Amino acid sequence: MAKSSGKAMSTFTNGFIKENPVLRLVLGTCPTLAVTTMAKNGIGMGIAATFVLLGSNIVISLIRKIVPDKVRIPVFITVIAGFTTIVEMLMHAYLPDIYKELGIYIPLIVVNCIILARAEMFACKNSVGRSILDALGMGGGFTVALLIMGSIREIIGSGTWMGYTLTKDMFDPAIIMILPPGGFLAFGFIVAAINKFSSLKIRNKEIAQGCGLNCTGCPNGNNGGDS
Amino acid sequence: MKEIILIAVAAILVENFVLSKFLGICPFLGVSKKLSTALGMGGAVIFVITLSSAVTWSVNEYLLKPYGLTYLQTISFILVIAALVQFVETVLKKFVPSLYTALGIYLPLITTNCAVLGSALLNMERSYTFIESVVFGFAASVGFTLALILFSGVRERMETSDIPVAFQGLPITLIAAALVSVAFVGFQGLFGI
Repeated sequence: MAKSSGKAMSTFTNGFIKENPVLRLVLGTCPTLAVTTMAKNGIGMGIAATFVLLGSNIVISLIRKIVPDKVRIPVFITVIAGFTTIVEMLMHAYLPDIYKELGIYIPLIVVNCIILARAEMFACKNSVGRSILDALGMGGGFTVALLIMGSIREIIGSGTWMGYTLTKDMFDPAIIMILPPGGFLAFGFIVAAINKFSSLKIRNKEIAQGCGLNCTGCPNGNNGGDS
Repeated sequence: MKEIILIAVAAILVENFVLSKFLGICPFLGVSKKLSTALGMGGAVIFVITLSSAVTWSVNEYLLKPYGLTYLQTISFILVIAALVQFVETVLKKFVPSLYTALGIYLPLITTNCAVLGSALLNMERSYTFIESVVFGFAASVGFTLALILFSGVRERMETSDIPVAFQGLPITLIAAALVSVAFVGFQGLFGI
């Protein structure tokens, strides 16, 4: 019992640190760079993606024994697209401000490689319970990474955090950080800092394959998501 | 005519997909290591986005709109794109084998390239006409290719430079991308777009 709960715990915490989808596996870079001009948007995007991930992981884990191997990718994409549409409609109805800010990046959750990668590498091989934990862990890790990126960019770029004024009155904020180049810059420095302070280096090889060319860089699969 | 030219210029330079809209970052980081792969990927993307702009526009106009199903845009577009990529692959393999071998491995990767779905969604969001959609799709993918080619040049130079250990690999690539992106920020305000 203790062993299985320990295993469950590590399934959950894996997504936060050891296998953080953005900072370690370099998946889902497009939304990471695009929406993190403000910490609030980062959280909004993170929660939306977590919801889709949770829903798709549950459904895919439930149907994993019915779906023939050959058509699994189209089936996964359809399930993910369904949940994305649900999120899109919910956000449109209840969170119109964030919906407007995030714009086309909400429907683009469909092609977020984190979700397809988890479906392919985890949900289609594990029970529903573990898939839920995995989705929460990975989604949480994604949200935390977006929050860190968003906070750094918002504090430096506009001198505020979550809308509260911090350093805005003391000196002029560096606007470049909330423009597109700032996204690349902040992400580059964060990954460099993690490289510096960790023994598990993100290797060169993984970057080339992390997203663009199949997911061989990811831990236990060789045919995960692209995007 | 003037509007169409404006859309094209804006899509290539001002709203460059990779460097200012962050669409298609994964292939941008993945295949920009060498000029030849950048060209191959760029060619495949231009081909698919231009086609998919035309097809998704027609699907939206003649299937989704008349029946009030526009909320199914996301699902139908991703399926249309996936089918289209498969179709293009089969047709090229049969009729233009030389092009197929050139684009070969890049084609399947395009289904999940967010630039393709992104351009289809942007066309709908801005309610472009058929011609405008196709022009926008074509120009946006040319912009994507331009960014890829420019960046592959930068990366080839980086291969030989002395980079601090922590910055090797992804971090220095991202920082170089930031600098290339600064250049594109300079285009903002061009023609008052």
